[in-house]
Amino acid sequence: MSGANEYKPSLTRGLWALTVRELKKWLKDPVMVLMLVLQPLIWMGLLGKSMRIDALFSANNINLPQQIPIPSNAVISPTIPPGTPYVFLNGTMLSQMFANMGTNIMQNTFGVADYFSYMAIGMISMIVMTTTMFSGMSIVWDRRLGFLDKVLSTPVPRGAIIFSKVLNATLRAMFQATIILALAYVLGLQLSSTFTLLNLLGIYAAIFLLGVGLSSVFIAFSLRSTRMERPMQIISLIMMPLMFASNTFFPISLMPDWMQAIARVNPLSYVTDAVRQLTILPLDTSALITDFAYLSIFAVVLAAIGIVLSWRYLTK
Amino acid sequence: MSDDVIVAEGLTKVFNKSLVAVDHVNFSVKDGEIYGFLGPNGAGKTTTINMLITVLKPTEGKASVLGFDIVKQANMVRKVIGVVPQEYTADEDLTGYENIILCADLYGIPREVSKKRALELLELVELTNFKDKRVETYSGGMRRRLELACGLINRPKVLFLDEPTLGLDVQTRTATWNYIRRLKREYGMTLFMTTHYLEEADALCDRISIIDHGKIIVTGTPSELKEGLGGDIITISVKENADVSEIIRGVENVKEVKNEDGAYRIKAEAGEVTAPLIIEALRKKGYTVTKLSLTEPTLNEVYLEYTGKAMRDTEESKEAFISQRITLRRARTV
Repeated sequence: MSGANEYKPSLTRGLWALTVRELKKWLKDPVMVLMLVLQPLIWMGLLGKSMRIDALFSANNINLPQQIPIPSNAVISPTIPPGTPYVFLNGTMLSQMFANMGTNIMQNTFGVADYFSYMAIGMISMIVMTTTMFSGMSIVWDRRLGFLDKVLSTPVPRGAIIFSKVLNATLRAMFQATIILALAYVLGLQLSSTFTLLNLLGIYAAIFLLGVGLSSVFIAFSLRSTRMERPMQIISLIMMPLMFASNTFFPISLMPDWMQAIARVNPLSYVTDAVRQLTILPLDTSALITDFAYLSIFAVVLAAIGIVLSWRYLTK
Repeated sequence: MSDDVIVAEGLTKVFNKSLVAVDHVNFSVKDGEIYGFLGPNGAGKTTTINMLITVLKPTEGKASVLGFDIVKQANMVRKVIGVVPQEYTADEDLTGYENIILCADLYGIPREVSKKRALELLELVELTNFKDKRVETYSGGMRRRLELACGLINRPKVLFLDEPTLGLDVQTRTATWNYIRRLKREYGMTLFMTTHYLEEADALCDRISIIDHGKIIVTGTPSELKEGLGGDIITISVKENADVSEIIRGVENVKEVKNEDGAYRIKAEAGEVTAPLIIEALRKKGYTVTKLSLTEPTLNEVYLEYTGKAMRDTEESKEAFISQRITLRRARTV
């Protein structure tokens, strides 16, 4: 007779099978893989290289004349002989002074002198955010095409269905983050002296936590929305505020108070800071611990909410 | 516990607290038979299947498959059943082989077993030559066969088929029927299927329940149902624009007359003898018969008899059908 009962459907087995399905799906699609590379390349290469805030303060940009005449009564100095109408400043030296001040301003504001490095890391969090939110949406298709119902009629643990989506979204985000980091390095990202290859593990951990939190909630949401457009609208609605009210492109400390309040609860700020600590900044361990503590809480709380909501839907 | 493989008692599903998709249905399926739910689109067939395969929870009532309660022992049910859904659910980006292996993994079947079995099943549904091609490139018939293979991967004792030949051409449909018959004959499987094709129910099913508006109207073997009509069907049209029902009713052997927009549907014993008598009676009163047809009862007549409408009528009001369909879709997803 049938030996159906002798098989043990397990969470790990089902999780693995469903995740491999997703990975195969996108690895088999060359256009998709190309997009995964092109998208960060465009952001990084065009936006990253065009917004050169640090260049504002360069000696070239200040471009002072060789000699700068100053009315002598504007100078408080006893050594200037009376009757001298003008004193002259060395323009080259002054430019250099301004440039040095600029570097100081950059250093104090962004923690690093070059804005490209600062922004490149911000982009990692941005892309991780969009990728995790969007890739959870594939469950809408699974439901529409009847795949979800078929899987639900098998004895695979329901958790495997949800976790496979979360895992897929997160793996995809990690893959993209790696590409961005590599591209950024090629395009001139300056790593701090505290960077080691071991730091990559920390970077992946930070991305994983953000990915798990965001995708769990979005999968639950996608699962419950009857229209494909709904999750899309929500994503585009919350993407911008999350991106701008964080340290992705600009430091929080210079923002107005009300915005700082948002930025301080925004998980994107913590991922970005964690990754910056691990790459371009001289490592500040206590800051890193704060980042990871926050991200862990974020991931656990959101994953719990997301999984409970999805679970209820799948076992209705 | 009875010998019946599937037992449903008062099974009910209400969507959104108001849309009654399945309304207190009772039925039982015997071991080794092909049992069909016949009804128009939106009658509640798929909802019933979805409850039996544990994807939907019933609002009321209960059902069991092989003695396992579909709610309390859902996981036991899932292990012993196979499902061939109405939609093409195979992943288009994967190959046929990969799809079957994926199904096997979901059942926790060890790889060394599933690899062998996948090849056997591909052979059974004649897809061996296409096993490494992406499903994207498959025709409708091939996809349907792949669904069938996936549904059989766990060697189920009961197989659920939801509209197994929906949208297939005649040849492919006949081929699919042959696969289904083989499953019953060679594997002794019990099959529960839904269809809105009368000829399919007639050709395949040992027993049928006609379902409409979520209720079972009648159950029986196809021949029982046909015999239950108690006679042949004569359809007649007259040239004159007058109601001649009474005249026809006066003819010997005529049991029932229905005037359907100028065409008279007459139920009569010994149709081949009665038909000339009817023509004669009408001629005497000065009416001219323009059309006459005599049919031995088919499921179509059975269907007409019990639901009061022809199968095709249900598709006439397309708008109503589509809106109902959309409502159902939405309701299922809430």
